Amino acid sequence: MRATGVTARAHPLWLAYILHRLSGLGLALFLPLHFWVLALAMTDPARLDGFLRLTEASAIKLAEFGLVFLLAVHMFGGLRLMALEWLPWTASQKTLAASAAAVSFLIATLFLLKAV
Amino acid sequence: MTQETLKVTIDRGPDTAHVQTVFDVPAYTNQTVLDVVSWVQQNADPTLSYRYACRVGMCGSCAMMVNGVPRWTCRTHISKVLRGNAVTIAPLRNLPVIKDLAVDMDPFFDKWVAAEGVHHGALTRDDPIAPVDTSTAARAVADAGIECINCSVCYAACDTVTANDDYLGPAALQRAWTLLNDAKDDGRAAILDAVSDKGGCHNCHSIGSCTTYCPNDLDPMSAIAGLKRETAKSLFQRWR
Repeated sequence: MRATGVTARAHPLWLAYILHRLSGLGLALFLPLHFWVLALAMTDPARLDGFLRLTEASAIKLAEFGLVFLLAVHMFGGLRLMALEWLPWTASQKTLAASAAAVSFLIATLFLLKAV
Repeated sequence: MTQETLKVTIDRGPDTAHVQTVFDVPAYTNQTVLDVVSWVQQNADPTLSYRYACRVGMCGSCAMMVNGVPRWTCRTHISKVLRGNAVTIAPLRNLPVIKDLAVDMDPFFDKWVAAEGVHHGALTRDDPIAPVDTSTAARAVADAGIECINCSVCYAACDTVTANDDYLGPAALQRAWTLLNDAKDDGRAAILDAVSDKGGCHNCHSIGSCTTYCPNDLDPMSAIAGLKRETAKSLFQRWR
């Protein structure tokens, strides 16, 4: 296909699609590791404590930020897809709904920051 | 002042899959992509194959990949797509190339029929003509999709078509959705069966390239979403 295709994908809907897919893939790769670490509480508590100390490192903190980002992106991607396919709304109704969700998310984050 | 020239790169296929020919084409103030291709065929290389008919965006035969984007070339001004003074023109994606810029549209139209994109009449010529109520919501939905000109731009834009040979594609499914909402059409069961089959509407990932690139501003993605809702609804009704 060479030159074809790449530019044809440069639109927001395609970016939303690929972001949803990649975040899902990232989470799928993370989950087995997550369950394995949780299982350490039963099988090897000393090793779990060692691992939990590791989470103080700034690299791990950064990775946690990435994880929360993946979760958020994937959740909103899923909500977007369900709204897109299951709600026979007009485009302007969807824009309004998305704006309302964004505004409430912003307000919730402000409250959260105030609480911390 | 010397006349400006455009550097036009055209894919030559299908036997020479990776061969492109570069042409210098004189630039005019009023020039479509189709005009550029026609100039090449008439003045530089008579062996260049391409397809067009109406030149006014009604027949849907002149679609090509222009700088990697599927477009109706007769209604695309060259100034809109030039990069510097260069443009690359290739045959439509997702369809077999016959030669150069002409693709075999058979798979596209076969799927149109496979999606039950045909008229399912309930009346005969002896029945009185049934009035169509233009004020219903279903009629508005049907009207939204009837301006499709079968240009295959959406079919070429769709990544799901690329990945899945069986997938009916945006145009055929949008036609099925239009007929499903058309009071004159009596093929509801046949349509729902066809679009929930192996290559049907549930293959769609809502990537949205069809809606983004449709030259007539139609919205096949939302039409397919409508089919997803209707097929799911009929499934639940069967379970009850």
